[in-house]
Amino acid sequence: MSTVDTAEAQEKELQEVESVVIRFCGDSGDGMQLAGTQFTNVSAVFGNDVSTLPDFPAEIRAPAGSLAGVSGFQLCFSSSEVFTPGDEVDTLVAMNPAALKTNLRDLKRGGTLIVNEDAFDKANLQKAHYGTNPLEDGDALAAYRVHKVPMTRLTRDSVEGLGLTQREADRCKNIFALGLVYWLYDRDATPTEEWLTSKFSKHPSIAEANLRALKAGQNYGFSTESFTVHYEVGPAALPAGRYRKMTGNEALAFGLATAARLANTELFFGGYPITPASDILHELSKLKHFGVKTFQAEDEIAAITSVIGAAFGGALSVTASSGPGIALKGEGIGLAVMTELPLVIINVQRGGPSTGLPTKTEQSDLFLSYFGRNGDCPLVLLAAQSPADCFDMAQEALRLAVNHMTPVFLLTDGYIANGAEPWPIPNVEDLKPIKVVHPTEPNANGDGYLPYLRDENLVRPWAIPGTPGLEHRLGGIEKSDGTGNVDYDPKNHQHMVETRQRKIDLIANDIPEQTVFGPESGELLVVSWGGTYGAVRTAVDRSIKAGKSVAHCHIRYISPFPRNLQEVFGNYKKILIPELNMGQLRLIIRGKYLVDAKGFNKIQGKPFLVSELTTKIDEMLS
Amino acid sequence: MLIDLVRTLITKKRTAAIMSMTDVELPVLTAKDFASDQEIRWCPRCGDYSILAQMKKVLPTLGIPRENIVFVSGIGCSSRFPYYMNTYGFHSIHGRAPAIATGLKVARPELQVWVITGDGDALSIGGNHFMHAIRRNVDLKIILFNNQIYGLTKGQYSPTSPLGKRTKSSPLGSVDYPLSPLSVAIGSEATFVARSVDVDIKHLTMVLERAAAHKGTAFVEVYQDCNVFNSGAFEFASKKDEKVENCIYLENGKPLIFGANRDKGIRLNGKGELEVVGLDEVKEDDLLFHDETSKEPAHAFKLARMRWPEMPEPMGVFRDIKKPTYDAAVQQQMEDATAKNGGGDLEALFNSGDTWEVK
Ligand SMILES: Cc1ncc(C[n+]2csc(CCOP(=O)(O)OP(=O)(O)O)c2C)c(N)n1
Ligand code: SF4
Ligand SMILES: [Mg+2]
Repeated sequence: MSTVDTAEAQEKELQEVESVVIRFCGDSGDGMQLAGTQFTNVSAVFGNDVSTLPDFPAEIRAPAGSLAGVSGFQLCFSSSEVFTPGDEVDTLVAMNPAALKTNLRDLKRGGTLIVNEDAFDKANLQKAHYGTNPLEDGDALAAYRVHKVPMTRLTRDSVEGLGLTQREADRCKNIFALGLVYWLYDRDATPTEEWLTSKFSKHPSIAEANLRALKAGQNYGFSTESFTVHYEVGPAALPAGRYRKMTGNEALAFGLATAARLANTELFFGGYPITPASDILHELSKLKHFGVKTFQAEDEIAAITSVIGAAFGGALSVTASSGPGIALKGEGIGLAVMTELPLVIINVQRGGPSTGLPTKTEQSDLFLSYFGRNGDCPLVLLAAQSPADCFDMAQEALRLAVNHMTPVFLLTDGYIANGAEPWPIPNVEDLKPIKVVHPTEPNANGDGYLPYLRDENLVRPWAIPGTPGLEHRLGGIEKSDGTGNVDYDPKNHQHMVETRQRKIDLIANDIPEQTVFGPESGELLVVSWGGTYGAVRTAVDRSIKAGKSVAHCHIRYISPFPRNLQEVFGNYKKILIPELNMGQLRLIIRGKYLVDAKGFNKIQGKPFLVSELTTKIDEMLS
Repeated sequence: MLIDLVRTLITKKRTAAIMSMTDVELPVLTAKDFASDQEIRWCPRCGDYSILAQMKKVLPTLGIPRENIVFVSGIGCSSRFPYYMNTYGFHSIHGRAPAIATGLKVARPELQVWVITGDGDALSIGGNHFMHAIRRNVDLKIILFNNQIYGLTKGQYSPTSPLGKRTKSSPLGSVDYPLSPLSVAIGSEATFVARSVDVDIKHLTMVLERAAAHKGTAFVEVYQDCNVFNSGAFEFASKKDEKVENCIYLENGKPLIFGANRDKGIRLNGKGELEVVGLDEVKEDDLLFHDETSKEPAHAFKLARMRWPEMPEPMGVFRDIKKPTYDAAVQQQMEDATAKNGGGDLEALFNSGDTWEVK
């Protein structure tokens, strides 16, 4: 956002800017998620590219006005392509002192600060541990353009005469704030007006109150002297077509239901609620008419094992959880590896260890997912890179599972799960079918069925109960290849352990080669995986534009790695692997490829800022 | 359009299953057809052999095609069972068989799914899944081989071992109070609860048949002799002359009478307790009458509390009530949702929610 001249003009100035980051923050009960979502929708409909990130408190009902109870919603909207919800905030809306205290550090110098000054009373200041009122302390906010708006009073005034209780009136404050920000960014409020009218169609006075508050907010910006200039962000040049706003968890649910449809079969989902994975269960349980069966299990062990049972029965089977739940699933996943049954385990990573930071993002479960089982226990591991990518990766995970008879881990994280971005709605006809084969004929000499008779890719057949003549037993005990009969022979064990690994290694032939963004060779390759995609991509893009010799390699297939990965690494002098953990991918890559990859590691429950990454890139190149 | 295909496929599968049950010449199977080619590895004179033999006898009488029968087990000596049956089978991990079976049954309601488990498997490590499978009334047949010991790990006390039991891990005698598997099942709202003894061939056959016929979770505790680590634990209930004195063989609608001469009975006294009375002093009509179908579980629970040697132990079916099953309810919701919303249109799904057009 460009700096603003102090315009004296009566007519308010309209300035064009490329991209803006707004954060709404307030008490959990202040409706900040709603305000942020509405702003996002309005911007998307207008044609901007958008990216969003909600930030919830861990406590459901922290005391009103407390620091622990602050809830935020950040969004970036732009006239060019965006990959992250933004580093620094251009405009911060703070509904109370606690929100100001916890969010001010992210507002850029010279940025716009809009506060509800009515909420800065003694009690609220105390709850936020402010000794003095920062709004009255000239120095505290000197670096920002501060707009103190008596939102509570103005909102109450605007709804007067509608017979609302004071509580009801005060609940319209967020819409007042939204109206003000709509004016500030010259947004067309029509979609929000329509949404309010339909949402409160059974409560016309509430609908009317919200519409008035919205208008009052817009008028406040227009008519008061506090605001001298407002801004315009043009539409982005997104490819033409229909778009839908997608969060990562929604995209997973859509992708799974779609995969089941493409495979012409039923989906079985077994899960136990846990933040931030629960929404996958919520979304899927709405899709019963798509042949989606959901099972809320008694714990994560039952979730994974129910899914194993369903997979034995021939269903496309999926479970999802986060760190603590994934830890519980370990033994079950080992059984799925041993019995070579197809299923998908989604791990929506959050901050750990233990209960850790349940509502914050992290990439620290790569080891847990890659190695977290007894025995040499290989499986396929994929990582989605963005909310919309979850749709594709859900299908890819199920495709690889059933085509290679293996459990597949799909990693996402809290950032992707709750973040949203525009999803170009695909044509149903363009989606690739998934081939599922259940044999019906004996495969051995005579009329026997050998459950572990492998094809050229070492994949065993998937005969299912109900098929006459193919009765067989599976189990977790080591078995003979071919017959699947219990076999403790030492040489057989070595053969089976190596075969299970080789089967996974061969999948490298069934996945795309690694691509890079930027020059095909050069000084520095930045390697990333999972939800850091957007930040790293933006940082590398900026560095390239600044003339630096740097490229970006984002890995979505971690086990097996793409077959050309080593070759890619060889084309650059240095390798940097930024991760939101202590260096888990880096250790795997160093071990596998003997490259001297350097790390850049942030473990704060927050995504990377682009600026942190560009600084690190500069440091690596100097 | 695709969902129609799915539906046709499912219907076809079902019709095939039904056809093979009725009009198509159903091959007459015998116990032998249910034996797999695997060498049985239980210790000599282990009670598991007898249970396996009775199961092989019962299955051919059920009129269910062999391919529609699945055995799921956990870990333990008892859990080796599926390897010895020529049906579909799954020898899984310790304690989790009820959860695996639940997933299988929900995914494939047309299958008959049996769970084979041990006292440690079902009640220690797997207590949670055991309880939840039962309270959901998933249509599973759960057969618990209770030998009051951890057999496979070579003889530690289990959650059903009696207080004071000396084992490898309790050389001074166990100080753990045991639980009754039947009480746990009844407390979990079981719709079918029964008990039998490994070597009581006729009785066990009858109980297995009843379990197979029940719709919903059928829970059967089988007293099973571990000949190596807990030999003779159930002699009171298996020895020819003694068992009639020590056990009551439950018959629905009949008074609780026992003894070689059928001269003793069970009465509910004024304090609401069960007591043994002689039939020379008390009329049959004043005895407690067995009612499997009693709506309240209190009756079955009272019977489950009768433990030898203080009381004779009831054998047979304690409870058998009708209640819609979980798997059927899941299926019903799927069908209702499809009837209401149509067979799921991907295009409509993709275009739901916040959408917009970029020109
Ligand atoms: C997770 C796990 N913990 C412990 C064991 C070791 N283990 C195997 S069987 C068993 C106890 C089996 O007892 P029970 O269920 O009574 O079966 P039985 O052998 O008596 O038939 C134990 C502790 C295991 N296999 N897996
Ligand atoms: S240890 Fe006991 S329960 Fe296990 S096989 Fe031997 S006799 Fe049977
Ligand atoms: Mg046992």
